[in-house]
Amino acid sequence: MKLRTTSAAAAAAVVLALTATACGTGSDSGSNGDKINVGIKFDQPGLGLKTPDGKYAGFDVDVARYVAKELGFAEDKINFKQAPSAERENLIKNGDVKFVVASYSINDKRKKEVDFAGPYFLAHQDLLVRADDSSITKVEDLNAKKLCSVTGSTSAQNVKDKLAPKADLQQLGGYSECLTGLENKAVDALTTDDSILAGYASQKDHAGKFKLAGLRMSDEKYGIGVKKGDDELRGKINKALEKMVSDGTWEKLVKQHFGPSGYKYEPAPKVEN
Amino acid sequence: MSSVLYDTPGPRAKRRNVVYTIAFVAVAALVGWWVLSALNDKHQLDANKWSPFVTDSNVWTTYLVPGLTETLKAAALAILIALPLGALLGIGRLSDHRWVRVPVGAVVEFFRAIPVLMLMMFAAALYREFTTISSDFRPLYAVVTGLVLYNASVIAEVVRAGVLSLPRGQGDAAVALGMRKGQTMLYVLLPQAVTVMLPALVSQLVVIVKDTALGGALLGFEDLLSQARQITANYGANTIATLVVIALIYIVLNGIITNLAGRLEQRLRRGRKSTAAAIPAQAAAPEAEVKSVSGA
Amino acid sequence: MFDFLDSGQYDLLGAFWVTAKLALYSAIGSLIWGTALVSMRVSPVPLMRSFGTAYVNLVRNTPLTVVLVGCLLGLNQTLGITLGGGRSEDIGFRLAVLGLVAYTGTFVCEALRSGINTVPAGQAEAARALGMSFTQVLTVVVLPQAFRAAVTPLANVLIALTKNTTVAAAIGAVDAAFLMKTMIENETDALFAVFAVFAFGFIVLTLPTGLILGWAAKRLAVKR
Repeated sequence: MKLRTTSAAAAAAVVLALTATACGTGSDSGSNGDKINVGIKFDQPGLGLKTPDGKYAGFDVDVARYVAKELGFAEDKINFKQAPSAERENLIKNGDVKFVVASYSINDKRKKEVDFAGPYFLAHQDLLVRADDSSITKVEDLNAKKLCSVTGSTSAQNVKDKLAPKADLQQLGGYSECLTGLENKAVDALTTDDSILAGYASQKDHAGKFKLAGLRMSDEKYGIGVKKGDDELRGKINKALEKMVSDGTWEKLVKQHFGPSGYKYEPAPKVEN
Repeated sequence: MSSVLYDTPGPRAKRRNVVYTIAFVAVAALVGWWVLSALNDKHQLDANKWSPFVTDSNVWTTYLVPGLTETLKAAALAILIALPLGALLGIGRLSDHRWVRVPVGAVVEFFRAIPVLMLMMFAAALYREFTTISSDFRPLYAVVTGLVLYNASVIAEVVRAGVLSLPRGQGDAAVALGMRKGQTMLYVLLPQAVTVMLPALVSQLVVIVKDTALGGALLGFEDLLSQARQITANYGANTIATLVVIALIYIVLNGIITNLAGRLEQRLRRGRKSTAAAIPAQAAAPEAEVKSVSGA
Repeated sequence: MFDFLDSGQYDLLGAFWVTAKLALYSAIGSLIWGTALVSMRVSPVPLMRSFGTAYVNLVRNTPLTVVLVGCLLGLNQTLGITLGGGRSEDIGFRLAVLGLVAYTGTFVCEALRSGINTVPAGQAEAARALGMSFTQVLTVVVLPQAFRAAVTPLANVLIALTKNTTVAAAIGAVDAAFLMKTMIENETDALFAVFAVFAFGFIVLTLPTGLILGWAAKRLAVKR
């Protein structure tokens, strides 16, 4: 029996071409012995951002670097991994990362799944509004406004449940999407932690366009997430954080990352043990 | 066919066509001008929003190319697994044995009825809860799983329709030669069905490439589309520019696939003609028509 | 296992109702837009033909997700088009319908084109011999037969559309996929039950469409 050569050749060509594509992509394994995996945000300017040159920058990133150094890992031994908000608990629970520094506010629900070192920063839920917009001065003003936040975020939940149930809340995939709408007046305010908002407001492309409303609508204590029950690591990280505050690094980093935006940050919170 | 629908334009029809053309251009230009000027008003056409894609090679090396690689990886894996699986399911649905035909049919119909996005979300949750797959690969696995389940069942239908489209005589002749059922399928029916199936299979490949974007938008898969978030975080919320560039990449990629498929199909058809007509015109009869339709 | 259904915490029927409405409005819209596109593609005006072809090839090769996100970011957030204002859920819904129509219209167009190809050339020639204009040939003779021949591919397009409505979750329409995402996050213990419920919901939505239209295809088939 002779196969139809053309059909066979064609089919083989398709398979080969596809195999070639599949093989072209190598893979590198997650955790390896002398390196440490740390979860950060990749898309939050000022806190954790993957910059175009492939490096990472932001306050959280520098805190992570400092803590890792105290744990005995030099900067080139740190392996940064993206920790999107919804994935943070899972990354820690599955051991994909040793700890997470990603604007991770400590709350009871999360405490059931992971442990927190810190806090190392105190942020508040706030609003970002257009620089020339002075119509929002208190939380109640939001009820007649279009508000934007990120799908599933605690800030969104907070507004819906407590602060301004009547506000027209739009939930989008990312903060940049909200910013586009804010800039073009499709929404009136973007709500999340003031630290994140300050990061966006101080980007050079946004200079002078937006301002923080300065409403302290909640307290968000940023902690460093570690595996539940890993008290040894938690203790070490707490020590590192205390040292970071006492040797002045904390002040320096905060000035460096939040200074330009004119964001009035809180003093370093006391580490809870 | 289209030329059958109207007479060769005479002087009056020609003039009328010119009028229509002008009217059409006017409307298109008006809409285009409105969109562009509105975009311009909102500073979306400012050079600094677009120039990174031309002047800063880092945008490509750090975000777009790795994203495209992930997209291609997911698509290639999905099609490589789905093709043989789909072929098996398709043949299973043609089986003479009821106990094979019925369950396979149920599986195929089930996965064809469920949106691929839901399959992906379910797979992602499954992997997260019950496996220890590293988070680096979990979204990829989830996306590929969803794509394979859906597309294998679509390909199964394509294969079935392709085989059914062949003239009965082909199978009968093979049986008369004393071939076993497996041989008939493998050496006689499937090779011929490939030609009929190819357009549908390729359009399915385009569907797969497009569907990987679902993972990027909703599952944290770091594909081409998901890079938009990081690019816009770095270059001053240039969402429109980024989205346009990403859409163009998808269009070019899928255009290439479709183009290659067209050439491949022509070659196959030519090959068929030169070795005496094996498939008469029935192959194009309505019930044999192999059509696949986008999943998302 | 299924007790989350009784908790009253999730508006399951409401979510599927949104999905059904999305599918229905988009189906009507894309049938109209697809017919317009196919008319352009076979029209005597060369520019309209090229526009139709270019549109279909561009949009068909763009992921629906990109089309929908483009509607949201481009039309709504940037150009400020709200399609009638109201709350952002409603705007998201209408934008989703618009995006789905723009996308699905191309598939309707292709289905109809294959339908037109099944109409024997003699039909159109006879119509022209009677002195009919292009519009008359198309609307009175060719398209009615093309629609009947294209019921099966159109049914596939409509079923795919029903499933594609889930993508609207990406731009904040509160449909079934959006609810499923929330429920997967909150009801981790009942993962399989959650999936079963939504799978069942979609089978209920798509299976009858397939059966009814399959029956219609047989009934409407042009006897030749």
